[in-house]
Amino acid sequence: MIHLDNVTKRYPGGHDALQRLTLDVDMGEMVFVTGHSGAGKSTLLKLLALIERPTRGRLVVNNEDLSRVSRRRIPRYRRDIGMVFQDHKLLFDRNVFENVALPLVITGTGTREIGRRARAALDQVGLLRREKQMPETLSSGEQQRVGIARAIVGRPKLLIADEPTGNLDPELSLEIMRLFERFNDVGVTLMIASHDLHLIAGMGHRRIVLENGMLAGETGRGAPAWAREAPRGD
Amino acid sequence: MTDRPRSGGIGAWLLRHVETAKSSLSRLASQPLSTALTMLVIAITLALPAGLHLAVKNAAQLSGGWESAVDFSVYLNQGVGEDEARTLAGIIESRADVEQVVFISADEALTEFKRDSGFGDALDALDENPLPNTLVVRPAVAGNDALIGLLREELTNLPETDLVQLDTAWVQRFNAALDLLRRVILITAVLLGAAVIIVIGNTIRLDIQNRRDEIVVTKLIGASAGFIRRPFLYAGLWYGIGGGLVALALIAVSLWLTADAVARLASLYGSGFGLSGLDWRESLTVLGIGAFLGWFGSWFAAARHMRRIEPR
Repeated sequence: MIHLDNVTKRYPGGHDALQRLTLDVDMGEMVFVTGHSGAGKSTLLKLLALIERPTRGRLVVNNEDLSRVSRRRIPRYRRDIGMVFQDHKLLFDRNVFENVALPLVITGTGTREIGRRARAALDQVGLLRREKQMPETLSSGEQQRVGIARAIVGRPKLLIADEPTGNLDPELSLEIMRLFERFNDVGVTLMIASHDLHLIAGMGHRRIVLENGMLAGETGRGAPAWAREAPRGD
Repeated sequence: MTDRPRSGGIGAWLLRHVETAKSSLSRLASQPLSTALTMLVIAITLALPAGLHLAVKNAAQLSGGWESAVDFSVYLNQGVGEDEARTLAGIIESRADVEQVVFISADEALTEFKRDSGFGDALDALDENPLPNTLVVRPAVAGNDALIGLLREELTNLPETDLVQLDTAWVQRFNAALDLLRRVILITAVLLGAAVIIVIGNTIRLDIQNRRDEIVVTKLIGASAGFIRRPFLYAGLWYGIGGGLVALALIAVSLWLTADAVARLASLYGSGFGLSGLDWRESLTVLGIGAFLGWFGSWFAAARHMRRIEPR
């Protein structure tokens, strides 16, 4: 599903956010990316979302070589992946339903179909009865669930999340992670960047640890037992 | 604006446009003061050339009535009496190249002049009528400049003639002046049109900056450039149409304010002339130009500024 081959990302100024990173994520996997801030987690997700382009190396997502995706075709590419952000990125002048429906509006889906699918997505995150409310009136955890509903409403095969629980307390964070697991159960591939090591360690999924833009370790799937100890980080 | 429907068909696509147009309109309505000011600026820039056009159009209508009558005024010598003048009129009228001769006696001319000029009392003070007997000669060869020139020469050479005035000479000058004015108006209109584009472009640019976060989010979830641009294009369109409507209102009010003054002036000239306003086609043109400039201005701003707004 995701294939990185010697990917390097150098920002103007000479800072290498990722250095010769090689990585494979299979279809249907749920993977956590951890590491200190500045380790390259966000850069990795930005490359996957085509917010940034790699300086060197090859990136293939869902059988599509990202170097071949032209600027014009970026929107179409992004419609096939769901994105969840730390700050939710909701539109505050629209109600919950309109926020969730936006990806479908963008693709020109019929009105009835939009209503059906947006409500199904809201139902999955448990916010069906809040559809008329404005995002401001919701708690931070609820806002994040709206963001997640928006990410899944287009039925993406891949969901990427950048610190989705960064602003939430442990209980709500676990709730959100359980929600992600449910999507994983129905076949969605997930890549979640997080530094909430306690939470992640308890969930037992594959973990990729980045350090200075390089692969520093890996747990889950036959990874050595020493790596299962959660290293403390910020 | 050509984001083809992937599902939902043309109907849904059209519906989406209608919805975008409506939401753009309600967004403008939610800031009534700034919207009204922007529309007023656009209206004034549109009304100015349109109003000038209207002035020229009316002036042309006025002179159009004179143009058909290529009349000579033949002013006779003071010594030529009224009977003599009438005889002369008969002789001239019998010419093949003359259609009609109207005799205006010196007394008639004076009475008329007293009535219309407002100098009645001053003229009463004169012992003698200073005005000559006059023949107004209408040639039968209208449009043929050579024959008219010949007729004019023969009339001038008559011993009774003091002065021959071709009444259309000034009409031609007047029309030439109108042509010049039309060209000036055209240049003004083009410049003011550019001003409208700049005004709308700047308004939309600010709007884009204010909605920067929203643009970033919609880009992140896969919105095409066309989709993101659409509400701004509709906003520009509404600004243009609104400005056009206000411009038409400004013109109508100006006409209403000047109507009685024009009527008084016309009556002083013994004319029933009244100002005509913009007809429906001209009104639609004002609206159409406003709409186009609005759309183009916002498209221009969107193309320039949207590109720089990318998620980081």
